[in-house]
Amino acid sequence: MGGRSFGHWSFGEAMIEFLLAPFEFEFMQRALLGGVLVGAICAVAGTYVVLRGLAFIGDALAHAAFPGVVIAYLLKANIYLGALLFTLGTALGIGFVSRRARTSYDTTIGILFAGAFALGVLLMSTIQGYTADLFSFLFGNILGMTGTDLVLAALLAAVVLLAVGLCYKELLLLSFDPTVAEAMGYPVQALNYLLLSIIALTIVVSIQAVGVVLVVALLVTPSATAHLLTDRFSRMMALGVLLSVIAVVLGLYCSYYLNVASGAAIVLVSTCLFFLTLGLRRLIPAPTSPR
Amino acid sequence: MRTAESAAPGAAAERPWHYCLEVRDLTAGYAAAPAIDGITFAIHPGQMVGVIGPNGAGKTTLFKAILGLIPSRRGTILLHEADAHLQRSMMGYVPQLDEIDRHFPVTVEDVVMMGRYPRIGWGRRPQPADRLAVRQALTRVDLLPHACTQIGRLSGGQQQRVLLARVLAQDPHLLLLDEPVSGVDTTTQHAIFAVLEGLRDSGKTVIVATHDLNCVVERFDQVLCLNGRLVAYGPPAEVFHEDILETTYGSHLMIVEIGERRVVVADEHRHRTK
Repeated sequence: MGGRSFGHWSFGEAMIEFLLAPFEFEFMQRALLGGVLVGAICAVAGTYVVLRGLAFIGDALAHAAFPGVVIAYLLKANIYLGALLFTLGTALGIGFVSRRARTSYDTTIGILFAGAFALGVLLMSTIQGYTADLFSFLFGNILGMTGTDLVLAALLAAVVLLAVGLCYKELLLLSFDPTVAEAMGYPVQALNYLLLSIIALTIVVSIQAVGVVLVVALLVTPSATAHLLTDRFSRMMALGVLLSVIAVVLGLYCSYYLNVASGAAIVLVSTCLFFLTLGLRRLIPAPTSPR
Repeated sequence: MRTAESAAPGAAAERPWHYCLEVRDLTAGYAAAPAIDGITFAIHPGQMVGVIGPNGAGKTTLFKAILGLIPSRRGTILLHEADAHLQRSMMGYVPQLDEIDRHFPVTVEDVVMMGRYPRIGWGRRPQPADRLAVRQALTRVDLLPHACTQIGRLSGGQQQRVLLARVLAQDPHLLLLDEPVSGVDTTTQHAIFAVLEGLRDSGKTVIVATHDLNCVVERFDQVLCLNGRLVAYGPPAEVFHEDILETTYGSHLMIVEIGERRVVVADEHRHRTK
C-alpha cells in the first residue's frame, strides 16, 4: 500500500491521487461509510455522556457487550442481538443492584463491568482454534465491515437518531435539571433508562468499528472537544459529529498509509484533536471559556 | 425593573376553587424519625405564603413532598381539590440556587424555554408562541439583553432570576420557591418580590421558604412556622410573636434593637444561652 511512484505527476494530481487511492477499494468505501455512521451516533450519544459524567458507565456497557458477543458466536446467533441483550441487561442491572446492595453506582458499575468482561474472556478461552473473529470485537475491525453490517448499522443508527430527535428537549431538561424535570411531571427514571438504552444501542453499533475496549473514546473524546468550543447544546452535538467524522476519515488514512490498526488510529486522531483544540484555545482569548 | 400588571383584587374571589392547595396530615422524610410530621394547612388562591423555620426544620422536605419528589409516609396533598401529584405541570418549582449546573452549555433563553416544555408536548418543537412567552418572561425579570448568554456566566442574582423566568414561562397555578432571595443583593431581592407580588395579584398562589424574617411582615399574606411540625399558620400579625417564634426557632433566635426598631434575626449557627 502507498508504494506508488509520484515522480511524474504535478503536486495537485499527486494530492488527489493520495486522497482518493484508498477509496478505490470496496472494503475502504464500506469502512468509510460505516465509520462515519458510527462516529456520528457516538458523538450524538456522547454529548450526554460527557455532560452527565457517564463515561465510566459507558465503558462498562461496552465491556459488558463482550460476553454477549461470545455467547452469540458460540450459539451461531446474531452478534448484535447478543451484544444488545447483555448491554441493556447490564444497564438495568446497575440500577437494580445498586438499590439492593446499597452500594454506590460507581462500585456497582465496577463489579458488573469486570464480571461481565471476565465471563466473555473465560468463554472465549474455551474455544479450541480460530478466535481472531472474536478478537476483532475487542479492538475493532472496521475494514472487515460487510454490506450486511452496514445495513444493520444504518438501521440501528436510525433508531438512535429517531429516539434522540423525538425526546430531544426532554433529554435536555433531564440532563440539565433532573429535579425540576421531575417536579414538572416528567418520568425521570424512565427517561434515564431511555438514555442508557440509547447509549447501549450506540455502543452495539460501534463495537465492530473500534471494538469494545476503545468505543468509550468515541463516546467521550469528540464531544469533550466540542464542549471546549461552544456554549450551546445543539452546537456541541453538531461539532461533536463533525470532529468524530474528521477523526474517522483521518484515522482511515493513517491506517491505510501507515499500515496500523484502524480503530486505534481513529481514536488517536480524536485524542490529538482534543489536545490541539485545548492548546489553540489558550492562544486565542476564548469568549467561550466559563467563569 | 418592570412590575407586572396587577389584576383587580376581586379576581382571586372569582376562582372556582375554594382552596388552591390543601395539605392534610403530611408526614415525610427518609430518616427513622420523619423530617415533617402531621402538617395540615390550606391556602386560598391569590395568596403569598412564607414558610419560616430554622435549618433542618423541613422546609425543603415539605416542598419536595408537595411536589412528589420524595414519597410521603402519610397524608393527602390536593391541588384544586384533586391529587396534586397528577397535576405536576400546574405546580412550579424554583429550587435553591446551588443545585444549578453552571458548566452546562445552555443559554438563558434555553433554560427559560424549559418552562414551556410541558405545554409544547412530546415530539414537538417550540413554536412562535413559546418564543414569545420566553421573551415576555425574560422581560419581566429584566434579563432580556442576556438571552443568549451561557447560564454559568451570570451572577448568582441573575441566575436566580433566570430560574424565576423559567417558572413564569411555565405559568403554573402554584409556585414553590426555596430560598429565592438568600445570597442575592437587595436590589435583586426587591425585584424578585415585585414579580412574585404581581403573580399573587393575578390570582396565583406563591409559597416562599425564607430565612429572612424581617421581610415576612411586609410581604406575606400568611406565614407558616415550621419546625418538624406545624407550629403556627396565619397572617403575620397573629404569628409574628415572640412565643411562636421561640417555639419555631428554639434557641436559634436573636432579637436585636437598632435605634427604635426591633429586628428579628434567625441565629442559625449558635445556641443562645439564657
